[in-house]
Amino acid sequence: MMRLPLAALVVVVLLASAGPAICAERLVVSLTNHRVMITSSYTGVELVLFGSVERDAAARAAPYDIVATITGPRESLRARRKQRVLGIWVNTESRTFVDPPSYLAVLASRPLDAIASPETRRRLRLGITNTPFPELIHNDVGEVSNDPFRAALVRLMRDRTLYSEKPNAVTFLTPTLFRASLSLPAQVPIGSYAVDVKLFAEGALIAETDSAFEIVKVGFEQFVVSESREHGLLYGMATATIALLTGWIASVAFRRD
Amino acid sequence: MEIYLPIADIPVNIFLVLAMGLAVGFISGMFGVGGGFLMTPLLIFIGVQPAVAVASVTTHVAASSFSGAITYWRRNAIDVVLALTLLAGGILGTCGGVALFTWLRTLDQLDLVIGLSYVILLGVVGALMVGESARAIIRSRQGKRIELRRPGSHTWIHGLPLKLRFKRSKIYVSAIPVLVIGFIIGFIGAVMGIGGGFLLVPMLIYLLRVPTATVIGTSMVLTFLTMISATVLHAATNHLVDAVLALILMAGGAAGAQFGAHAGQRIRGEWLRMLLGLLVLAVGLRFASQIVLRPDDLYSIRFLGGAP
Repeated sequence: MMRLPLAALVVVVLLASAGPAICAERLVVSLTNHRVMITSSYTGVELVLFGSVERDAAARAAPYDIVATITGPRESLRARRKQRVLGIWVNTESRTFVDPPSYLAVLASRPLDAIASPETRRRLRLGITNTPFPELIHNDVGEVSNDPFRAALVRLMRDRTLYSEKPNAVTFLTPTLFRASLSLPAQVPIGSYAVDVKLFAEGALIAETDSAFEIVKVGFEQFVVSESREHGLLYGMATATIALLTGWIASVAFRRD
Repeated sequence: MEIYLPIADIPVNIFLVLAMGLAVGFISGMFGVGGGFLMTPLLIFIGVQPAVAVASVTTHVAASSFSGAITYWRRNAIDVVLALTLLAGGILGTCGGVALFTWLRTLDQLDLVIGLSYVILLGVVGALMVGESARAIIRSRQGKRIELRRPGSHTWIHGLPLKLRFKRSKIYVSAIPVLVIGFIIGFIGAVMGIGGGFLLVPMLIYLLRVPTATVIGTSMVLTFLTMISATVLHAATNHLVDAVLALILMAGGAAGAQFGAHAGQRIRGEWLRMLLGLLVLAVGLRFASQIVLRPDDLYSIRFLGGAP
């Protein structure tokens, strides 16, 4: 858990609220941590998203709804389907998805279908079902509707807790101040994450803002990864030397004859 | 205690991996095999990607076989000339194996090929070992002497040219089958993440008639040399060797191998082969069920590492 003191955030939010209002409502958000460091003891982390709705005289009184979409680094992947060939199960068909998010979390204050109409959700690409997953078709890139491979991709990513949709993750502390906690699993991909926060009232989008954070390997972990990529041969020899040493130490330490 | 593996990109329980290393090390020391055929499936089972498991296990097998080789060296139970001749073929085989491994990964068929190779190799070798050792046990029960080395029973292998004399093993055979055996072991070792000791030992005994006195020590030396070169090659070409994972496995494995080597000497040869055969067969069946039974999920995904 890495949490800044709550008080500091409240101050940030209050300071921000002193700024001039451009439209009726304005969104101000902040994360507890903009840089998550992966060390050898890393087993996942919880981030807290704080935000406030700034209103002027023209603002409506209706209760607000928040949808926060957290998108991880994009990386192409291949979904494969097994089929029985000569009695054994073999990967036969596959689809290549071009740069789908490697992490996708949709946090909302209410179920998405209660926040906006299907049409609005489709237009704003709200929720996992409305997120585009372009596929490589021959040499073209396009969307395939009702694709079982797309469904399988989403299901497998959900199983790994890399994709999630939480309709009650955003809670309003006051009518205008809200918070949402985001727990990142241990196997999160490294890279930069975009946080997009949308404010809805009476089914319409009235304000939007974004933020970001990054997940980085630091210290020894980073060293191992960069060495293995950049100096593969040297890294291999170093690993081999460690293997020799370990083997030799064991044969000396446990010598019984 | 959880520790994050930098290349495998997952956290694992350090004591669990240490215990796995110890257990597999014990078995490897006991039977004179590298133990890779057990370790790779175990790692895949706890969630390590098959490719990283195969590449990292080569390092582990290198350490445990080196530790075992030292023990046999002290007993003068190693035929250095035989080991080096096998190695010449082994290095070529390893290069070929690493190349095939890289190619299969791009075809999405690496997991299947690893699985199939395990089924075929472990099934056949396990069945042969169990059958042979069962006959040996029955024969010794009937009071007959067990003769592995029958001087008169030369096969066509012994008729090949380029004969070499391996003094320590007291054999006189052609270099060709020795090189071929080395190549096969190196090749499958790189593809399957196994040292191939469980294949090499029977091959040396039955095909080349190497006496039991030097067979395990020599096999250990070859396993060690091929695995150490596989480690370097995997690290240089596929960048998949997880040094942290390998280090934890090694620490457990090297210690386990020492205890195993001592335990192995108290068990009679044919029983040892029977146990090893059953173990090999069991792992083979486990892989067979995976390929033949309908999988829980027909779909799987694989990240392509940036490029589509």
